[in-house]
Parts: sequence; C-alpha cells; structure tokens
Amino acid sequence: MIKKLIARGYLVVLLVILYAPILIIAVFSFTEAKVLGNWTGFSTKLYESLFTGGLGNSMVRAIENTVSIGLLSAACSTVLGTVAAVGIHNMRRGKGRRAITFLNDIPMLNPDIITGISLFILFVAVGVTQGYATVLLAHISFCTPYVVLTVMPRLRSMNPNIYEAALDLGATPSQALWKVIIPQIRSSMLSGFILAFTLSIDDFAVTLFTKGNGGLETLSTYIYADARKGGLTPELRPLMTLIFLAVLALLTIINIRSARSKNNNR
Amino acid sequence: MNKDIVISLQHLSKSYDGKPVLDDISLDIRAGEFVTLLGPSGCGKTTTLRLIAGFLSPDGGRILLDGRDIADVPPHKRPFNTVFQRYALFPHLDVYDNIAFGLKLRRVPTDEIDKKVRKVLKMVSMTDYEDRDVESLSGGQQQRVAIARAIVNQPKVLLLDEPLAALDLKMRKDMQIELKEMHRQLGITFIYVTHDQEEALTLSDTIVVMNEGKILQVGTPTDIYNEPQNSFVADFIGESNILNGRMIEDRKVEFIGHTFECVDEGFGCDVPVDVVLRPEDIYIMNRTEGAQFSATVKSCTFKGVHYEMFVDTDNGYELMIQDYNAFAPGSTVGLLIRPGDIQVMRKERTCNSFEAEVVDSGHVRMLGMEFECPAASEFKPADKVTAEVDFDKVELVDHQEDGMLSGEVHFLLYKGNHYHLTVLTDGGDHIWVDTDDVWDKGDLVGVNFASENIRLKA
Repeated sequence: MIKKLIARGYLVVLLVILYAPILIIAVFSFTEAKVLGNWTGFSTKLYESLFTGGLGNSMVRAIENTVSIGLLSAACSTVLGTVAAVGIHNMRRGKGRRAITFLNDIPMLNPDIITGISLFILFVAVGVTQGYATVLLAHISFCTPYVVLTVMPRLRSMNPNIYEAALDLGATPSQALWKVIIPQIRSSMLSGFILAFTLSIDDFAVTLFTKGNGGLETLSTYIYADARKGGLTPELRPLMTLIFLAVLALLTIINIRSARSKNNNR
Repeated sequence: MNKDIVISLQHLSKSYDGKPVLDDISLDIRAGEFVTLLGPSGCGKTTTLRLIAGFLSPDGGRILLDGRDIADVPPHKRPFNTVFQRYALFPHLDVYDNIAFGLKLRRVPTDEIDKKVRKVLKMVSMTDYEDRDVESLSGGQQQRVAIARAIVNQPKVLLLDEPLAALDLKMRKDMQIELKEMHRQLGITFIYVTHDQEEALTLSDTIVVMNEGKILQVGTPTDIYNEPQNSFVADFIGESNILNGRMIEDRKVEFIGHTFECVDEGFGCDVPVDVVLRPEDIYIMNRTEGAQFSATVKSCTFKGVHYEMFVDTDNGYELMIQDYNAFAPGSTVGLLIRPGDIQVMRKERTCNSFEAEVVDSGHVRMLGMEFECPAASEFKPADKVTAEVDFDKVELVDHQEDGMLSGEVHFLLYKGNHYHLTVLTDGGDHIWVDTDDVWDKGDLVGVNFASENIRLKA
C-alpha cells in the first residue's frame, strides 16, 4: 500500500516538474502584467490583443513561415521517408539492410546543434544563400528519418505476399504500389506527416543555423530574439499556450491512431 | 515436342546465399493436369512454384510455357494466378473488390466484371458475402475468396501454395473435395504445393515427390504409394515398414530372417535391397499354423477404422501392422505376407564412400579433416582414393566436440531392428549411420571413425 503511494507520488512529482513551466506560462497568459510572474488579476485581454493585431507584422510573418515550412517539410519528408522505408523493407535481410537502418537512426540521436552547424557549414561550402529554402531543406533532412521509422513497422506487419498477389493478378509494380501498398500504409504515412510537422514547428537549433541573415524568422527564432531584446512580449504567453495545446492535440491524434492500428492488426 | 505439355521445367536450379535449394530439376506438366509438388519443408517445392509464378528467377535452366521460354516475362504478364498460403487478400478492399481486382486492371467492362464475380462467388459458395470486409471472414472463407480471386481471371495454370495448411482438419477435408470439383469444372492445370501426403494422394493426378532440391519420384498416387522408388518416398508417403533385405534370386527375397516369395525380377543374385511393407498388407491371425512366421504383439491402439499394432517377430524385428481386428498385447500371432505386397527397392548405397587423398603411410585426408588410417600404407602420398566406411562402423557421440566431425541428425528411418540415420555434417557432407541407439531429428552429434574401419580403394 505504502509502496503504491510512494510510486504514485513519485509519478506526480515527476509530471509536475515536467509540466510546471508550461503551466506557469498558461496561467500567466490570463493576466495583464507586462512581466512574467506578476499576477494582476484575471483577464483575457492578452488573448484579445493577440487576435486583434497586438502582434507586430514581423511576428505574423514568423508564424506564417513556421506553418508553411512545417507543412512543406512534412509533405516532402513523408514522400521521401515512405519511399525509403519501402526500399529498406524490400532489401534482403543482412549487413546492407542493418547498415542502412543504423544510418537512419543516427540523425535522430544526433544533437540538433550538431545537425544545425553541419548543415550551416554545408550550405556555406556549396555557396548557397541561406534563407527560406535552406531552412526547408534542413527540416526535410531531419524529419525524414522519423517518417521512415513510423512507416517501417506497418510495412513489416503487412502480409509479405500482398505485393506479389497484386503482381500475380496483373498489376505492374507501380500499380501494385499505388493500389495495394500505399492504401495499406496510408495511416502510418499520415502519422509520419503529423510527427514531421510537429518536429518542424518545434525546431529551434537547426533553424537558427540555417536561416541566414536575410531576416527570415520562424516562431522559435523570433521568440528567442524577442526574449533577448528585453523581456518577453506579453502576447507571446497566450500564443505559446495555444501552440502547446495544438501540439498536444496532434500528439494525441498520433497516439490514438497508433493504438488503433495495433488493435486492428491483432 | 508433345503438344499436350503446358509447362516444362528444364534443369532448373536455384540457390540462396550459396545454399542450393533446387538442384537441376526437370518436369513436364500436361494441360489440365492436377500436379502436386510434395515434400517436407525446405525441399524446394515452394521455390519451384515461385519460379513458375515469376517471383523468383532461376540461377540455371529454363521454364517453357507452350514451348516458349518465359524467363523475360514478368509475373504480371504470365497467364498464371496464385493462391497463397496466407491468403494475401487486400485488407482495404471488400470481397467483391478483391475478386474484381484482376479484371479491373484488365479494363473488363463493369457489367462483365459483375457477372464473372457473381459466378465465381457461387462456385466457392460465398454468394451474399460480396460487401463483407475480408478481415471479418473466417480463415476458410478468406481462402475461398483467395481462390475466387485467382480463378476469376481464367488463368492457364492455377498455382496453389499450401492453400489449406492454415485450416483445421474438418475444413481442410471439405475444401479438398471442393478443390477437386473445381478442377474438374474449370479444366485448367493446377499446380499444388503441399507437405501433406494424404492431401496429395487425395487430390492429384500426378504427384512429384521432392526432397533436398531434387525430384525423387513422379507418378500417379497409386504408383507412388504402391511402388515407392526409394526409402525416402516409402517413408514419406503413408505408413510403412522399411527393412534391409537380400534378393536371393529372381522372385525370392530374404528379410527379417525369413525367405519370402515376391514378384520382383532383375535385381541379380544375392544383392542387398530395401524392402517396403505397408502395415495394412501384413496379414495377422491368432494361430501360427499356416503362417510364414510368428510374432508377439507389443502394443495395440485403436485408430478409428482400424487397429495399429506393433509386434516383435520371432527373429527380433519390430513391425507395424494395421488390421480391423484387435490382438491383445502379449499374445502370439501368426503373420503372412503375399508376394505382390512386397515392394523391393534397389539400395541407393551400401556403405559410406568419400573422396580422399593419402597424406602419408598412416593418414588420409577426407571431409576436410585428416584421419588416421593404417590402410594408407598401401598407397603413395597424394594418391586420390575412395574411402569407405560401413554404416554400422560409424560412431556417434552426444557432444559435438567429442567427435572428429560435427553434424546434425538430418533424417532417420527405423528398419525393424535398428535405425538408419542420415547425418549432415557442418561441412555439408552426408554420412549414413546404422545404430541401435535412439536419436531424434535435429540432434547435434559428433562423428568418429575408428582408424581400422576406414577402407581405401584406388
């Protein structure tokens, strides 16, 4: 009994520590104080001004950039990652296949800062002007492995004869891919897309190193610059709260989907 | 060239990672025939089917369809359809769309598709199921849909890869009858892969028995059952007593310590042979007068239609007998075998023989090892010789490290009073062993030869 209480208590403490910072932002988004930490009574004024132009033009542009880079990089990495996953899946089991899956894992474990710096050096080395395109490319490159990892298990759980059955019934290899394989893995591709999107809007380190000096900002780099200029713009508090809720919703969708597909496979 | 032949396999071979799976097989399949490829797992039967379907390409040899080589024809252009072991239905399509898949790809008009799908659904007794989600169907129903999906395209040849293996016994029996009926109605060639000898005997016009990438025997079910050409086929098809024998002269064979009349001729005089007795072909009675030999009943088990008994003969051999009457364990019985029921087979080998090279006056090199061998003194070093070791002179030990060679028990045959084992060494060689000890298939063993038991021949 006591053991159970301690275990439960430990979990609660852990979750509080994890979520307290976000909770504080959320709580203080409902007060008007300029400085974070002062409670001047409940108010939804910050939310009102957030939606009525309290944000500067540059801030709006940052949000637009974040969303468009997120959607584009998620779409590209979903295509690339799916193709790669199908390719790896069809490789013969052995050294080559293990090497490729291992190489796929490295970018995910690699610290963002190293990915960012190496991409920065790469872009400088090949002489590309850094800006929107380089940020997009960078995001595609770090999102793709996650899509591969999301799609692979679905491919593995598929009946290996299905592709052959399609060929056997007269489908060309590309017809078999579109009419049989893609419909089978569509849900995990969508999960991969959502995951890639959240990773992209979440990214700071890689973006910072690849955005160049042309004035391109995403939300994360904008907030960072804003905070360094002298205190957080108060409107960012409700904005962050909303972003957190949006990401939470997306992650919940991914989890429900993967739980459901597991049930279906049984 | 015979016009009747649809598919002709010519000297096909295939290996995976250097391991041969198919070793130079040739086979002609006639139009409209129900051919079964039968063999234990790993014998190459599924590989053969996949080569025909085009999912694999052979390392050597040709596949002819109506006399034309189809090496360059991709699977989707071959006029064959396959029924897979695990059904391989498309889970995102319903029953109707699964069956219509092939027709839609060929752009068959919708109303014609409709007609054809309904017709095959009726054929596999699945009318009214067309809107069902395939994953909601039972295994047997899924298999029916898979069969319907294949035959709706009216293939020249239907390939079936252990289609009934995942079904329960009752369902399997029903489906066997239905498949046979379907074959009769459609009139197309069926190539059927199974490891179930009973299924093969029930369904086929022709059975092809395979083992270790080779075809051992091709024949009608009755031929294969009554006249197996070697002890593997005899052991694999049905129950059998396989015994060492000696052909004394034409129509006279000796085994289990008695001489019997038989119908076989042309083996020569005093030649060692294998003898196959089907357990239902041994007549058993409770008196010994008029019997050819006597035996004591060891056990008697009721098997539904018949009783299965094991008896010890007067000369100490164990035989399996099936009879409608039960004989109590411990009782003495008389046994009788009719000449026509004795199947005599030439022995594939009478001792182990290996390629060897003389190292010096006391050693030879064979099977990748150096062995002590006094007989080597009669030869010069570097002479190429044949080394022979009798089956009963091979010693097997429990621990692989205690043997000069290590290997695995690959196949075993009970020969009435001893076991005849095939040991596959780690180096890929076969060693045959006669032993009284009981080993199981898959046992890891060490193999030794006593130096004085290695004979050398130039």
